[in-house]
Amino acid sequence: MMETLASENIYLPITGSLKADGTRWSLQERLRLGLTGKEYLALLWRNPVNWLLLIIFSVGLLLLFERYGLGLGSVTHASNDYPWGLFLGFGLFGMVPLSASGFLLGTTVTLFGRKDFLPIERLALLNGLLGYFFAVVYLEVDLGMPWRLAYPMIVSFGPAAVLFLVAWHVATYLSVQIAEVLPALFEWLDRPAWKIHIKRMALGLTIAGIILSTLHQGALGALFTYAPTKLHPLWLSTEFQWIHFLCSAVFGGVAMVIVSSTLINRYIHWRCGQAFIKSLESLTLGLGKGASYAMFTYLVIKLVAIAHDNEWEYLLTGWGLYYFLEVGLGVLLPMVLFARGVHLSAVKPVRIAAFITVAGIIWNRLNTAIYCFNYQIYQELPHWKEVWLTITLYALYFVVYRFIVYRLPIVFDWEEGFSPTKPL
Amino acid sequence: MSRFHPGWAEAFCIEKLRKKCGVLCWICKEAEMEKKKSRRTVLKSGLAGTIAALAMRPRSTVAHEIKKYPDTLGVLVDMTRCVGCRSCEAACNREQNLPAPDKPFTDQGVFDEREHGQMRRTDETRYTVVNRYDLPGQAHPLFRKVQCNHCQEPACLTSCFVNAYTKTPEGAVIYNPDVCVGCRTCMIACPFYIPAFRYSSAFHARILKCVFCYDTRLKYGQPPACVEACPQEALIFGRRDDLIEIGRRRIKDNKSSYVDHIYGEYEAGGTSWLYLSNVPFERVGFNTAIPDEPILDSVKSFLAIVPMVLTIWPALFAGFHLLATRKEQHRKSSDSNGPEE
Repeated sequence: MMETLASENIYLPITGSLKADGTRWSLQERLRLGLTGKEYLALLWRNPVNWLLLIIFSVGLLLLFERYGLGLGSVTHASNDYPWGLFLGFGLFGMVPLSASGFLLGTTVTLFGRKDFLPIERLALLNGLLGYFFAVVYLEVDLGMPWRLAYPMIVSFGPAAVLFLVAWHVATYLSVQIAEVLPALFEWLDRPAWKIHIKRMALGLTIAGIILSTLHQGALGALFTYAPTKLHPLWLSTEFQWIHFLCSAVFGGVAMVIVSSTLINRYIHWRCGQAFIKSLESLTLGLGKGASYAMFTYLVIKLVAIAHDNEWEYLLTGWGLYYFLEVGLGVLLPMVLFARGVHLSAVKPVRIAAFITVAGIIWNRLNTAIYCFNYQIYQELPHWKEVWLTITLYALYFVVYRFIVYRLPIVFDWEEGFSPTKPL
Repeated sequence: MSRFHPGWAEAFCIEKLRKKCGVLCWICKEAEMEKKKSRRTVLKSGLAGTIAALAMRPRSTVAHEIKKYPDTLGVLVDMTRCVGCRSCEAACNREQNLPAPDKPFTDQGVFDEREHGQMRRTDETRYTVVNRYDLPGQAHPLFRKVQCNHCQEPACLTSCFVNAYTKTPEGAVIYNPDVCVGCRTCMIACPFYIPAFRYSSAFHARILKCVFCYDTRLKYGQPPACVEACPQEALIFGRRDDLIEIGRRRIKDNKSSYVDHIYGEYEAGGTSWLYLSNVPFERVGFNTAIPDEPILDSVKSFLAIVPMVLTIWPALFAGFHLLATRKEQHRKSSDSNGPEE
């Protein structure tokens, strides 16, 4: 799409503060990507993705009204046996591990001083921030009393509950991530001086990110230890559950950055800066290497958990087969692909592996939260409205993600002075 | 709050959670021992005191200490006596002002209702249900009454992040809808599938479950409505300890008509509602895989790492940072020193 626009010469991406004639872009122009209102609408109109989004939103919005007007039962099966459905199974348990990218790349660059990963750090931070933010959005759709979201912080405390820890850490970590992404916004707003305050805190924020991530990624897993008799033993190890969730979040987050950067490089190539484009392949390989190590670790501790809980006999049942399928397709296969890609210095297998990994993580979380839950009773398929609403919220996430990547200096460097606004 | 917690100890109580269940944390336990010891020494100093001390028999109170709330109340359900009349369901419906059911409480057809292959369960319109089990080899069908079992260490309570649940000294597990956020973790945590959610309302959503008729009856020492309504005396209300005694005696006296187990004596840390059956419990819908330990025990391995991560991680990763960037720091300092020299 963008290639055609560029060739028509109507698209002039803003890459810095100043226009070609030396005057400043106004905020409105910045928001419209330097286009006139008409041109901008034409741009939206011509993109088939937006049509798809329109269809999703037109139904999704009605469903959202239904949910907030008539209650959760109007869009879900209202199951008392399956209190958590897709909103949490996908939105919270799936989105959060895929958003570990922020703390992982923050750690790599800021803490371990791997400056070579700098061109992709901001994307990872943004990916983390949006993932967490939308996990909270999903939560707001799922909670019975969404207006009481802040109750565990200000009204009534249950400090010994795992969810209390999740609530506090996700809230704190959201603020940490906002602080980490702010420099991009400051540059875009022509306030580079404000960055200094954030930069001073960078190491502190990163370490805070590690602590908070370790605990709440683990805590999401530990939430299921409240149901030792309901969740299938192969998906629940009371001792190791938090490590499983944390470790899989490591390769999940890394894979999500590869997926996101691949898509951006391919479909929003005009927005990518030179540093990003040039280093992307080697960074993808680097990330793939990290992911394969994490996956190997994960497989080992999965095995340890089975040995520790002595669950070998379950592996021979139908559930065991399903377990092998999940681990084989969702972890083992991408791990081999990652390793092979890194070994051959080929980006393609690494990227394919990343897509599989992301799907594998979501599969695992859905299995844990829904499919293998109540394994002794019955399995429940979500209501179509619940599925549609879940997709709607994800579409909203996509729109916000795209909106920010189009504008803020996430995958390109902001030119604070002169900016040549020639078409790419 | 709790009768076991002297004021000062409460501030330091590390197991705030258990406080509500009446189990003593170590600080409180020691404080309690301390109090008793000092009381005893004072009493023993005089003759009258000695007599009084003997009369008080402190040893028996010490023995009670390890227990939860010592005088907690409960109900013993003797399934061999239940005839499935559903009077208890009707009484509960009246007492709790629940909506009128589609079928009258005299309708025995509800026993054949199945949803997802499951027998009826508690939901937002009913806090208790009776289910019928037609077992091969049994002359009569068996009936199982389902309601909140009012655990000694309730999983719903321990999993709640806004403290909406309370275990009262009388034994009831009650719920406060004013602080509940509607996350439904309690429904995940309850091993008995009891708490139900009002999915049908956007503005008045809440958890609904049996509260042992706490506000209207139990608080005043009266039995819950269902017990009072039972024409068969299949439900006995009393002190939990006494009920266990009664249960044991019945099992002992009629070895042939009871399974040698009181369901609820130990399950999930013990429950206030107890069951006697003449067939193995798993055959009448009970989950016998529920461990004797409270549900909280399986969460502890995670809770234990929290302080560790919070204290060790900062120093550990700051150290990693220093190590990883040592060369860089070194280069920087030599660069800045260079021109000056």
